[in-house]
Amino acid sequence: MKYVDEFRDRDLAKTIAEAIRQEADPGRTYNIMEFCGGHTHAIFRYGVKDLMPENVRFVHGPGCPVCVLPVRRLDDAVEIAERHDVILCTYGDMMRVPGTKQRSLIKAKADGADIKMVYSTLDALKIARNNPDREVVFFAIGFETTTPPTAVAIKTAERERLKNFSVFCNHVLTPSAIGHILESPEVRELGTVQIDGFLGPSHVSSVIGSEPYEFFAEEFGKPVVIAGFEPLDVMQSALMLIRQINEGRHEVENEYTRVVTSEGNLKAQQLVSDVFELRQSFEWRGLGKVPYSALKIRETYAAFDAEKRFEVSEKKSREVKSCECPAILRGVKKPTDCKLFGTVCTPDSPMGSCMVSSEGACAAYWTYGRHREKARAAPVKEAAE
Amino acid sequence: MNAITPGISHRKGAVDMAHGGGGRAMAELIDDLFRRHLSNSILDQGNDAALFQVPAGRLVMSTDGHVISPLFFPGGDIGSLSVHGTLNDVAMAGAKPLYLTAGFILEEGFPLADLERIVASMALAAREAGVPIVTGDTKVVEKGKGDGVFITTTGLGVVPEDVHVSAERARPGQAILLSGSIGDHGVAILSKRENLEFETEIKSDSAALHTLVADMIEAVPGIAVLRDPTRGGLAATLNEVARSAGVGMHLDETTIPVKPDVAAACELLGLDPLYVANEGKLVCLCDAGDAEKLLAVMKAHPLGRDAAIIGKVVEDDAGLVEMETEIGGLRVVDWLSGEQLPRIC
Repeated sequence: MKYVDEFRDRDLAKTIAEAIRQEADPGRTYNIMEFCGGHTHAIFRYGVKDLMPENVRFVHGPGCPVCVLPVRRLDDAVEIAERHDVILCTYGDMMRVPGTKQRSLIKAKADGADIKMVYSTLDALKIARNNPDREVVFFAIGFETTTPPTAVAIKTAERERLKNFSVFCNHVLTPSAIGHILESPEVRELGTVQIDGFLGPSHVSSVIGSEPYEFFAEEFGKPVVIAGFEPLDVMQSALMLIRQINEGRHEVENEYTRVVTSEGNLKAQQLVSDVFELRQSFEWRGLGKVPYSALKIRETYAAFDAEKRFEVSEKKSREVKSCECPAILRGVKKPTDCKLFGTVCTPDSPMGSCMVSSEGACAAYWTYGRHREKARAAPVKEAAE
Repeated sequence: MNAITPGISHRKGAVDMAHGGGGRAMAELIDDLFRRHLSNSILDQGNDAALFQVPAGRLVMSTDGHVISPLFFPGGDIGSLSVHGTLNDVAMAGAKPLYLTAGFILEEGFPLADLERIVASMALAAREAGVPIVTGDTKVVEKGKGDGVFITTTGLGVVPEDVHVSAERARPGQAILLSGSIGDHGVAILSKRENLEFETEIKSDSAALHTLVADMIEAVPGIAVLRDPTRGGLAATLNEVARSAGVGMHLDETTIPVKPDVAAACELLGLDPLYVANEGKLVCLCDAGDAEKLLAVMKAHPLGRDAAIIGKVVEDDAGLVEMETEIGGLRVVDWLSGEQLPRIC
């Protein structure tokens, strides 16, 4: 398959791995945060870590849209589906994310709520057209990649005068989240999280371009390399970061030139700014309230805003107490540091969002990475015998 | 075969509650549609229970419900699938299938013309396999209580002497063989699903594997394990075997055949072909020394042309299936969690 196979080539991977080994200074560690869940997935799915020297470490960031949605917003979605008798359309991953008291959309569906899994906003529009007597709500989540399609859906609904379609908007913004992590006490003062550079998002950057990262490369002195999602993209980008770190540079570089330009997709940006505006503040799972980190639907399109159309009650939303998702999303802890990991929390019965999505760090560790734990556990077992 | 009254208009009509009511309408449906297509000397006895001779030896029996959506898909339909699915379950015991039964649950309003297409397809699949459908049952449920048609088939087969195929017989050192490319069935179904339709030439691999199994057993009677990787794909099948025998597995991703269109569709949809269903493939574990011989036999059969040795069984108390990836890293191939695709078979 063109544009895929060449980025998974075993010989090329060996060559890049060798270059990394040559260039990484054995006297230090390189802590690379991959912001995107897509990168986390690629690192584990292809076993990229096996080709890296010990002192090049990946710190998993919060860029998994399912993972960062706070429980409160999920509880609201469940309430909209159950109380207001709507057809709630959602992307598949959201279905199994546990809300307060483990209530998830899939459980609400089993109890009779009309919840439909869709693959795109077009499906949600089709469902609205085919069910003119029902209210259809699209549960919109995601970073800048999924925002333009939601904007298109809202504009289409307006053009077609679809009166029964609305959007529960939870779109969030990447640059403000990265900035927030870099300003967090763990990074700035406590030093519990060491980040030497970032693998920048690939698909997000195809929309917003590489320019938005210039600010914190400069401000925080951290190099950023925008990286594609294939395993060789990740490895090549890690090499580019290692070179920058070795040379004391902190620039924004673009490894993913086959897709990303510096200004991004202007048409998509225009669509988004037509339909959405910044929220003053939005809560993220793990990061807490982050100013200007999310979008809401503009007043012009208020008719399509589910938050305006459906009342939701005040509620005390709560995550499972010992779930470490918040700390994992900030890069402070690893999935294996969580007491629940692999015991009560597995992809089959997730306690927290990071175990649900294939882009979540816990799911990636469990699904692809358990052999590492086994390898680590084996010598201990022998010693005990 | 004469109908009780001159012919039901099954080419135009639809299933109604009377077709399951036990009265004349039901008798007509059975005579004019089911028996006409499926006719064989045992079915034609016309009794509630089929009467037949069984050979001496060990018998195996397997049953499988089919609820696939859509009912008609590239490379097959629920009728042929319900025959292949059960024949394969019988064959995976190393057995020669002898007889099949079929139970239909029809939804009121289901077009009789579609039902006839399905029954004709079942008849053809059974005839090609050389295994008769010897008895059956029909029930009708009210509109909205079913989804067109559900078919349950049961198969009976006989296992040759000295053949002992069972998942528990997986042992470290054995080779893992796969009979061909994975993911064809699942992708073919997906391509026709509402909301997801996409253009592809991919056809379901739905096929009866018992003749391939017969060739394999003849060449290597000591085959340890046979499995057809249906729901949950190759990953689920290998994990089932690893768990039941308490062994691990080590696969090499580059040896696992995946057709380019299937790989492309999976990329697009975010699916891993290891988890996508097959209906005409088998996995086989045998002693490493027999592997090349068995591979040659498989490749000589039309349903095993793309067969490959994809890995080996290793010692591992944790029962993990691991895979060396395309780039040379290592990953776990876990069970599928949740449901990748509902109603795939």
